[in-house]
Amino acid sequence: MSLEDLYREVILDHYRNPRNKGHLENPDVKAEGVNPLCGDELSIELNFEDDRVSAVAIDGQGCSISQSSASMMTEAIKGKSRSEIETLTQRFRDMMSLDGETEIELDPDRPGAVLGDLESLQGVRKYPVRIKCASLGWNVLLEALGETG
Amino acid sequence: MTDLSHLKADFPVLANGVHFLDSGASSQKPIPVLEAMDRFARTSYANVHRGAYKLSVASTDAYEAARARVAGFIGAADPREVVFTRGTTTALNTVAFGWGLEHLGPGDRILSTEIEHHANLVPWQMVAKRTGASLDHVPMGDDFRLDLVAYEEKLGPDVKIVAVTGMSNVLGIMPPIRLISDLAHRHGARVVVDAAQLVPHTSVDVEALGADFIAFSSHKMLGPTGIGVLWGRMAALEETEPFEGGGEMISDVTLHDATWAEIPHRFEAGTPPIIEAVGLHAAIDYLESIGMDQVLAHDLELTGIALDRLSDVPGIHIQGPTNLEDRGGVLSMSMDGVHAHDLATILDEGGVAVRSGHHCAKPLMRRLGVAATARASFYVYNTEEDIDALVGGLRQAGELFGVGS
Repeated sequence: MSLEDLYREVILDHYRNPRNKGHLENPDVKAEGVNPLCGDELSIELNFEDDRVSAVAIDGQGCSISQSSASMMTEAIKGKSRSEIETLTQRFRDMMSLDGETEIELDPDRPGAVLGDLESLQGVRKYPVRIKCASLGWNVLLEALGETG
Repeated sequence: MTDLSHLKADFPVLANGVHFLDSGASSQKPIPVLEAMDRFARTSYANVHRGAYKLSVASTDAYEAARARVAGFIGAADPREVVFTRGTTTALNTVAFGWGLEHLGPGDRILSTEIEHHANLVPWQMVAKRTGASLDHVPMGDDFRLDLVAYEEKLGPDVKIVAVTGMSNVLGIMPPIRLISDLAHRHGARVVVDAAQLVPHTSVDVEALGADFIAFSSHKMLGPTGIGVLWGRMAALEETEPFEGGGEMISDVTLHDATWAEIPHRFEAGTPPIIEAVGLHAAIDYLESIGMDQVLAHDLELTGIALDRLSDVPGIHIQGPTNLEDRGGVLSMSMDGVHAHDLATILDEGGVAVRSGHHCAKPLMRRLGVAATARASFYVYNTEEDIDALVGGLRQAGELFGVGS
């Protein structure tokens, strides 16, 4: 395991150029969260159409892991239903909690369960103190979804 | 060059080669401290101030000898002015609640600064809310030092206490406590100093310092965790009510009332950290065998080397003064395009331990306009090799993240 496995190019790309950054005009739901240990911050705003995410925006500041994870998350949840997002979230959490040696194999045909770029965050498992960074966006997402649930 | 490289062998944790640059958070422990605690626990340990038996007398003697040792170390006029606490935080809370609740009310002002550690901010926020006193802060100037002109302007008869750091855990600066104290005293205010970073790194004489209370921790000065010191001028301690009640701190107790034991025991409710006091005693012996002037000179030498070597690392900004005047060996850094946590992870891969984050000083981070910094802090066991590893790791981080490319 080397630093290049943790800081893969796709992670650095999302960190430098976060996707869906900003704010929505009339968000249906929103939430914000902070990691009190390190001070990383993230807000998320969502709009739904027919129970599917039609627009998402994030804003925040923090390390490459927290911000890239959130950026990739926004791409992964667009167009997804709530139940698909729940499956996806579980997938992500499973990936983070796996023993660092195990390479996970994702089933690309499983509906709503494709992590895509997020798989690049697998390397974080080798750095246990950084898992909370990768999880920040997802925790805020769940809070936002719970707001209406 | 203050060569202290022979000391490294006294610190077992460092044997694995770690470049430990986080002494500002907590320091490593030398063998003499570990052995003193072990020997005491094996041969002389019992509760203090209670037993009529020989073992308890021996234990009490060791505990009180530690108090006298601390008093001598900081130039206190009387060992009774030394109160053992759990650490700096408890010591500062003792002043905030024990002194503050007695002497503050609506219309009074507490004057702190915007560079404080949360331990010297949050207790005052709590006490301000309870008493109706207001809380004001001395700003930091653009030179990373307290704005003393603003300080003088903010002083007035309504200021009852000034709460200030003796050395910033982020910036490394040492505010002029003597001047700050003299000005405060002119207005009848008490002065409490968060000396958690100051006492471990420089020679402190409380009489010369001029404050009314100072607080510091054993674990940042080569001693064990779990014990710290509140020093108070006797007149200031006499104005302070006990903050915790319980055993040991009373003179007499009925079902409805109690009277307090003598100072300092009235501030030491419950069984105190006895083995830790013995460890702190040994830590002071160890530091004095080096000499506190040597300790500071060594810290500053490393700081100077680091500042010089960091000046041509692409994207690095030092969050603090880049000169060596009135400061200690603490360097906070940020790098363009690389977050402090990423810096810390990359440095850790190279065996370099630094602190990253807001350093329990979030208002100061906002003032500096950064969310977090990576902080290197130096102590007696650090060497130039640690700086080599630090600078190498920072360059690697810059390359990995494409800084300056």
